[in-house]
Amino acid sequence: MEEILEILEKNSRYTVEQIAVMTGKSAEDVQKAIEKYEEDEVIVGYTTLVNWDKTGKESVVAMIEVKLTPQRGEGFDKVAERIYKFPEVKACYLMSGSYDLTVIIEGKTIKEVALFVAEKLAPLESVLSTATHFVLKKYKDKGTIFENNSQDKREAIFI
Amino acid sequence: MKPEKMILQKILDIPPSGIRKYFDLLNEMKDVISLGVGEPDFNTPWNVSEAGIYSLEKGHTHYSSNSGMLKLRETISHYMKRKYGLEYEAKSQVLVTVGGSEGIDLALRTLVGPGDEVIIPEPSFVAYQGCTKLTGATPVIIKLRAEDQFKLTPEQLEKALSPRTKVVIIPYPNNPTGAVMNSDELSAIVKILKDKDLVVISDEIYAELTYEGKHVSIAGFEGMKDKTIVINGFSKAFAMTGWRLGYVCGHASFIKAMNKIHQYAIMCAPTTAQHAAIEALTNGDAAVDEMVREYNRRRRVLVDGFRKMGLDCFEPLGAFYVFPSIQKTGLSSEEFCEKLLLTEKVLVVPGTAFGEVGEGFVRVSYASSMKNIMEALKRIKRFISVIT
Repeated sequence: MEEILEILEKNSRYTVEQIAVMTGKSAEDVQKAIEKYEEDEVIVGYTTLVNWDKTGKESVVAMIEVKLTPQRGEGFDKVAERIYKFPEVKACYLMSGSYDLTVIIEGKTIKEVALFVAEKLAPLESVLSTATHFVLKKYKDKGTIFENNSQDKREAIFI
Repeated sequence: MKPEKMILQKILDIPPSGIRKYFDLLNEMKDVISLGVGEPDFNTPWNVSEAGIYSLEKGHTHYSSNSGMLKLRETISHYMKRKYGLEYEAKSQVLVTVGGSEGIDLALRTLVGPGDEVIIPEPSFVAYQGCTKLTGATPVIIKLRAEDQFKLTPEQLEKALSPRTKVVIIPYPNNPTGAVMNSDELSAIVKILKDKDLVVISDEIYAELTYEGKHVSIAGFEGMKDKTIVINGFSKAFAMTGWRLGYVCGHASFIKAMNKIHQYAIMCAPTTAQHAAIEALTNGDAAVDEMVREYNRRRRVLVDGFRKMGLDCFEPLGAFYVFPSIQKTGLSSEEFCEKLLLTEKVLVVPGTAFGEVGEGFVRVSYASSMKNIMEALKRIKRFISVIT
């Protein structure tokens, strides 16, 4: 049944009927499986992958390395929660290595992101330091190459 | 000197490809969805391409030995054992060729000439008949039937055999029908062939693309290994068509003889491709698996789509082709393809391109994106509703 997840992860717009045909299962079984995944929060949402560079929308994305002091009894989870609850935070990962959290921030302008770091993130008690890296260009995101020329370039050959 | 007068009659006799005209049309039209192509739409897995690039950077730009790099032959030998349980000695029983098609040509040229008969089940890949005719041998065509799911039956084989039969071609998984032969079905064929003085050329280029159960090689049956030449290659399984690399495995005497032609005509297969191929066989399983799963989904979508249109479509279990019957439309295969291309801009190939017996069928390749396949089905449905 995991094949259903694989298919949906690539394209969540396929209908239950289409997925049923692709997997050789009945539409009813696929429907049930998807409902169960949603219930169990295996499927946590359906989103659209947007290449914002192609739109008029002004936006900047930054990846921030955050060093933390772990809190007694709670490790990093509590402070991570304080950080990821901000709507500006699009992703938040606990890391191994020389820093502790990767925080991905999205804002309208560089200034907006910088202000968020200065006013919201850096002053938190457990935050020891931050390093902000702005994204200049997205080549590939969530397994999708953005400027992928998907035209069929195969030449006509008889085989 | 008139150039055309200098050309051998048997070459002049080769008819122009039946689908050339569609390709010419295709080049003039825009926004055509081509389900006519017989090669993967996937690019070569990046680790494989990267191994080829690395070999160039390292300066591996020379000939290899005639029969191919020993390391590659060892890797092929290991792969054949691992995948199909077939044991071939790397040094004497494996020859690296320029695609599976060179292997077919070498095998036929090594084995047959005027007076010999070559049994060819059709519909199938055009090169079997073409290469047979070039040797001067006589092709004996078995007309496979849709009601047998285009499998070779022992009765049909028995009827086609004669004292002059020297080679039987076993083309499964099959281009263009997508048919496969399972172990029981092959076993019935083996019973007839194993005590006869003839050679089987088993074209297993699509062996990795099977969708229910694993591919079974006829060479694996008792008494068959020494009389079977297995053709395989990298094009279909690893999406490496442009690298032009294949291989043949068989009895040392056959390999030695085929290598004699190979060394004059080809010298050796491209070295860059050989380096990439080692990576493909060693670390390519996951990529192949992912492609096979995607092909399988597309296959189901196409079969379902054609059946819902009311066309008979047997379930193909191999390669990347669906072979629906278009008899209900009242059109011939060629008319169907031409009209479909001109009115709905979808290219499929008439079954007749693979032998007369393909009349009434079209070959639809699912080596194209799911998006293209779904759009093509919509257009074909519209086309059929207009003409029927």
